[in-house]
Amino acid sequence: MTTGTDRFAPGDRVRTRSLDPAGHTRLPRYARGAVGVIVEPAGSHPLADDRARGRVGSAQTVYHVRFAAADLFGAGDHTVTVELWEDYLTPVEEDAP
Amino acid sequence: MSGDHSSSVISAHVRQVEALLEQRGLLDDGEIDRRIDEFAAGGTPANGARVVARAWVDPGFAERLLADANAALGEVGLSMSGGLQEQRLKVVANSATEHHVVVCTLCSCYPIALLGPSPSWYKSEAYRSRVVRDPRGVLREFGVELPAETRLSVWDASAESRYMVLPRRPEGTDALSEAQLAGRVTRKGLIGTALV
Repeated sequence: MTTGTDRFAPGDRVRTRSLDPAGHTRLPRYARGAVGVIVEPAGSHPLADDRARGRVGSAQTVYHVRFAAADLFGAGDHTVTVELWEDYLTPVEEDAP
Repeated sequence: MSGDHSSSVISAHVRQVEALLEQRGLLDDGEIDRRIDEFAAGGTPANGARVVARAWVDPGFAERLLADANAALGEVGLSMSGGLQEQRLKVVANSATEHHVVVCTLCSCYPIALLGPSPSWYKSEAYRSRVVRDPRGVLREFGVELPAETRLSVWDASAESRYMVLPRRPEGTDALSEAQLAGRVTRKGLIGTALV
């Protein structure tokens, strides 16, 4: 059993990558460049993007990340929770009090 | 979106790889089809319904199911280990204030062991592209009218987990047995596109 990298904790705010990769990715287009909140870790797996290119990478933590629909689509009062590899995410610094 | 898997180029490629693997003795003749049949054989929405009925009659089980679904499945003799590796299952519970609905926007990921083969609408581009953007509108087309104050939560199966909705127990079912309760649970209820 591989161990996770666990860079983020539930409640952390993260921004998703906005890059449009040339090949396979599991970061859906609608969720790119958006800010969401870590719900919880969802296991640990090699990055699907690498596996699709025949590369063997080490496992990294995958997270349920929740987005407000308005932040993704400009409208809507629901949330969308997407499952994202750590590589897709960068921390969003909280504003200083 | 990868909605069309009928590409003759991909099909031909897959057949070629399969033939090479068979030639080299790495695969038996027809092994892939047999493995797929074995994987799908035990999968039926009756499994998911059984899990839901147990959760309705046993609050302790419900709590364990929501905390660690893979472990809780063992208590009712089910597992997510039918494929090459055990898949993580995440169960999300509907409540008086929140309704969940499941989709796989990138392809058609689905908990086959608990729900059987997925319905064609689940794999359609219309459902996959619209339910993340306008779940209330899509649910209305399924005949589900939720109060305006009910929060809607969409889960996109974009990685390795699979999802199942734990519907709310219908009113007036106190006298029903666990088996009778399981009979009330529908496949759409387990995806979140129907109430039970």
